[in-house]
Amino acid sequence: MKKTMSIIIAALLVLSMPAFAGGAGEAASGEVYFLNFKPEIAEVYTNEVAPAFEEATGIPLKVVTAASNQYEATLRSEISKSEPPTIFQINGPVGLQNWKDYAAPLDDTAFYGMLSDPSMALSDGGQVLAVPYTVEGYGIIYNDAIMRAYFALPDKAVSISSAEEITDFATLKAVVEDMTAHKDELGIQGVFASTSMAPGSDWRWQTHLFNVPLWAEFRDKAGGDSSQALATAFAAKTFDFTYNENFRNLWDLYLNNSVSPKGLVGGKNDADSMAEFALGQCAMVQNGNWGASQILGVPGNTVADSDIKFLPLYMGLDGEEGLGICVGTENYLCINKQASPEAQANALVFLEWLFSSDEGKDLVTNSLGFITPFNTFAEDEQPTDPLARQVTKWMAKGDVKSIPWTFAGIPSEQWKADFGAALLEYINGRMSWEDTAQVAVDAWAREAELAGR
Amino acid sequence: MEKSIRKWFALFALPGMICFSVAFLIPFVWAFILSFCSFTTITNASFVGIENYIRAFTVDNYFTQAFWFTLAFTIVSVVLINIIAFTFALLLTKDVPGTNAFRTIIFMPNLIGGIVLGWIWNVIINGVLAQFGLNIMSDSKFGFWGLVVLMLWQNAGYMMVIYIAAIQNIPQDELEAASIDGASWWTTLTRIIIPSVMPSITICLFLTLTNGFKLYDQNLALTAGQPNHGTEMLAMNIFNTFYSRVGFEGVGQAKAVIFTIIVAAIALLQLFFTRKKEEAL
Repeated sequence: MKKTMSIIIAALLVLSMPAFAGGAGEAASGEVYFLNFKPEIAEVYTNEVAPAFEEATGIPLKVVTAASNQYEATLRSEISKSEPPTIFQINGPVGLQNWKDYAAPLDDTAFYGMLSDPSMALSDGGQVLAVPYTVEGYGIIYNDAIMRAYFALPDKAVSISSAEEITDFATLKAVVEDMTAHKDELGIQGVFASTSMAPGSDWRWQTHLFNVPLWAEFRDKAGGDSSQALATAFAAKTFDFTYNENFRNLWDLYLNNSVSPKGLVGGKNDADSMAEFALGQCAMVQNGNWGASQILGVPGNTVADSDIKFLPLYMGLDGEEGLGICVGTENYLCINKQASPEAQANALVFLEWLFSSDEGKDLVTNSLGFITPFNTFAEDEQPTDPLARQVTKWMAKGDVKSIPWTFAGIPSEQWKADFGAALLEYINGRMSWEDTAQVAVDAWAREAELAGR
Repeated sequence: MEKSIRKWFALFALPGMICFSVAFLIPFVWAFILSFCSFTTITNASFVGIENYIRAFTVDNYFTQAFWFTLAFTIVSVVLINIIAFTFALLLTKDVPGTNAFRTIIFMPNLIGGIVLGWIWNVIINGVLAQFGLNIMSDSKFGFWGLVVLMLWQNAGYMMVIYIAAIQNIPQDELEAASIDGASWWTTLTRIIIPSVMPSITICLFLTLTNGFKLYDQNLALTAGQPNHGTEMLAMNIFNTFYSRVGFEGVGQAKAVIFTIIVAAIALLQLFFTRKKEEAL
């Protein structure tokens, strides 16, 4: 009898293996499954885009959203299912290395053909695998009404009279610290919104704020050529954090002039920070144009559209008067080549519909709020929310240069997690600044080696 | 009878065996095989030998750190949960009014899911610490004791119910004989009550021990392992290795195999010793 049992078990084991191996790639329906990266507009996709697309073409569209540092994890578990995502997003060249086995070539598609600048797409092995769909910008968002109130104070300590005259770190620091001294008169709880450090909310610092010293270092290493900074960073085995003191300048300014005392920021998430700004509890918050919906859509929002403006991330770099906000993209779309051919074809129909039909473009411009890199959009079809308009305005300024997004060259997500954790330890007073900066350097060397650089 | 049982054993055991194989045996064997492979999804694995096991300890020390944290947490929570649950059980088997109401109240937290509990305690602890200008992320010791309190709150009631059932099953005549012989309260407890409930102690120790080691959702909702991996437990470390590090899926799998072996070994050892104790009494 024992023998019978063992035969049954062995048979079951063997039988089960093809079931595991054969699961993927057999999706029966042509449903387009889009794994979205942007939580701010998740509802727009499910409530507006999906119904409109289904009505226009009859193709079902399913949108699932994953973010807060969970995109890679969600993608990994979803893509091994029997109906994997058809359209997924990668964050740049590092992401492409991880997912190139799943990305279908896009060279001959109309979607790729719509790019105004085809060189923006990502390629590997001579094939175009990922196409960017939105250009974004970030900096310090400020509420001009509060700034005007400050500059109207009779006893202000600075000589300038508007926020637009702030063009370097020294001025920014003087203004911010004097505003903190006058915060009761200004009716704010702090100049900056809380430095959100809750799990999953530290990307504004370990990725976005960090972009400036990262760019500056690799611009230097590329012989001063700003456009080569990303490529240099992407190939770099080591990172010296030359500009760590500059990072610290602005980082300390955020922490010392915040709505929340240092001990509490570990419990704040980015939505809290944006709400503080929308409710007028603070004058400034570091974020990008994707945050518009988190300001304008908040019940009790006290900030007028015309008062929402950007300042660059000044941190004491040489010649920073000539630097603008950080502009770039980490949003590239790929088509999963392991999805069913029908779903892949439908995915291209969806992307073409979204970015070239009148109905789709209207949704992109007015509901999703993307500044797109496609030639199908006319000048007057760019989004009208105040932050997107500010991004285009900063990009068009002749006397300042935008800082390109260089953080796509960070060797791994683990690097970001390690640096974020070190920043929290610094806030908690358990790590000195030297040690915090050293974590960034050591983790880069380790992760770059693991990434095979 | 005996003969027909033998004859039909395989057939009647089959549904159970299928379930056991599909839900446990096959995944376990697969997991074991995958721990020697490099893979992104389980359908494209390639063999790499014991490299994953080496990398589990050499790339960073978070796994060993998580092990010591988990061990410390488990010891503290096992001791506290069982002492408190047993005390409650003793108090609530006394003949006083309202015991049923108290039993229900103490048992209730067990009906709430781990994630919800984690959030509730996150809010409570942050609310208290805010008075001192701190929060749960400020220091890993807050996360540690927060987890201990959370687990106590959740599990003491459950273990109490098991102890109550056992205490109520103690033959009344033994207790009467003891009190007639003039045994003190302490002697009655250590010589009659505890030996009689020994099987329940075995079960409760086993449950709290394995719960402590396997803890994940409460850990995630309360601190998510922050600050700086200071409150990261083994299960969470494995999850993070597998899902958050590209190219580390096999390492996560190797850690999971090590984890399974550790938990099984500790649980079996504990069972062995408490069973021996049961028999000795």
